[in-house]
Amino acid sequence: MIRAFAFIFGLLASTVAADDLKLAVTTSFHNSGLSDILLPAIQADTGINVQLLVVGTGQAMRLGQAGDVDAILVHARAAEEAFVAGGFGTHRREIMYNDFVVVGPVSDPAGIAGADTAQQAFTRIAAAQALFVSRGDNSGTHQKEIALWEAAKRAPDGNWYRSVGAGMGAALNTAAGMNAYILADRASWLNFGNKAGLGMLYSGDPALFNQYAYIPVNPDLHDHVRADLAERLEVWLTSERAKQLIDGYRINDEQLFTFNAAAAD
Amino acid sequence: MGEIWEGLVAGFWLVITLDADLVAITLRSLHVTLTAVMIASAIGLPFGAWLAIQRFRHRRATIALLNALMGLPPVVVGLIVYLLLSRSGPFGVFGLLFTPTAMIIAQVIIITPLIASIAHQAIRDVWAEYHDLLLSLSTSKWQRIKTLLWDGRRALMTASLAGFGRAIGEVGAIMIVGGNIDNATRVLTTAIALETGKGDFALALGLGFILIGLAVTVNLVIHTIGQTEREGKW
Repeated sequence: MIRAFAFIFGLLASTVAADDLKLAVTTSFHNSGLSDILLPAIQADTGINVQLLVVGTGQAMRLGQAGDVDAILVHARAAEEAFVAGGFGTHRREIMYNDFVVVGPVSDPAGIAGADTAQQAFTRIAAAQALFVSRGDNSGTHQKEIALWEAAKRAPDGNWYRSVGAGMGAALNTAAGMNAYILADRASWLNFGNKAGLGMLYSGDPALFNQYAYIPVNPDLHDHVRADLAERLEVWLTSERAKQLIDGYRINDEQLFTFNAAAAD
Repeated sequence: MGEIWEGLVAGFWLVITLDADLVAITLRSLHVTLTAVMIASAIGLPFGAWLAIQRFRHRRATIALLNALMGLPPVVVGLIVYLLLSRSGPFGVFGLLFTPTAMIIAQVIIITPLIASIAHQAIRDVWAEYHDLLLSLSTSKWQRIKTLLWDGRRALMTASLAGFGRAIGEVGAIMIVGGNIDNATRVLTTAIALETGKGDFALALGLGFILIGLAVTVNLVIHTIGQTEREGKW
């Protein structure tokens, strides 16, 4: 019995390590494969072992609010500003952007490939009542999708609109299975291994740009938050080295992310 | 059909090449689940035995409740453990969320009712046989429990193995409380969920076959050590 307790306490003790930083990131950031490039470089340059929690933007904010992570890297501007205004984060620092693309069956029943704007593409999907898969998980991608429906002045309801409540990859799998349209970020789409009958049909509208921002969790609310590490990570993420790695990351010769962090003031 | 075959091939290569990540993930799966099974057995087996020999007022209701708890939904257990261990929850100060310890806690909660319930059924049969003998020797309650646990050990092993089976394949709770962090809390089941999300079905399936193989191996090893098949020995 004593041995069992000693074992349990041994487990508890072994869980705290020196330079571990917990960072909540969005599924699209992780599925893009960029994290696999950045994390080893961060470890080598700063000695910080970044532990990624891959969740939707909505859940990332909840984790930051509760103090369960040290910083968040997300892409939903309105929600981010509310997060900082609520005092849960110290400040918001823009790091990079990528863009969203509209993916759908290559036969393109709604005819969105020739659309002039993203808004028009969405209007056509609604008019054709073509099957559309929504993330439905309050993530940054989902919030962007809702904004696009509002811009197109179309209420997404009816049998053709399928809200799956899942991450980017799982939602893409669903869309591939149903041969449906879906809004995805470019990186996740290019990295996705099960494209089936889907193709990228519309992209390029500035309305589809997707800004990622880094927000350290407020240490005044949570004593245990590693504000020192979060600051070192921010310095690295906005450095020349990060710029080279982010701008240099390519899949099939396509640049996925564009570094746009402002220099430190 | 093609993808199942690719999955088999992917799993085969991962095992043959002893992929470093795979070994780490597999060992973590075993560490979490075996620890959970040990703790849950230490609680569930004596409790099941006690329930078999003790007569008290709400015994039937307790047994019915225990049986019902066998079906505890892992996602709900995960969510409750998450809220308890969160920094803003009552046990937040320990900083246990997103650690293997949190995963062990969740699994212990999920499998203890299962182990206790099967143990109770098994011990009840042994108790029916031993009842008169143990009473005539005027043994204490704890002595009776010890005797029953020891002489029913092979049936109790089934109880623990059932708990192992439920825990090793579980993904809902440990995904929530562990967070599927690479090199920290990623285990076989959460890795499978991740690879499925990336659309890499072959790798996901390969990991799945390894998980099944692991479960079979653990069961075989324990049965061999326990010598369940030896003749003339109870």
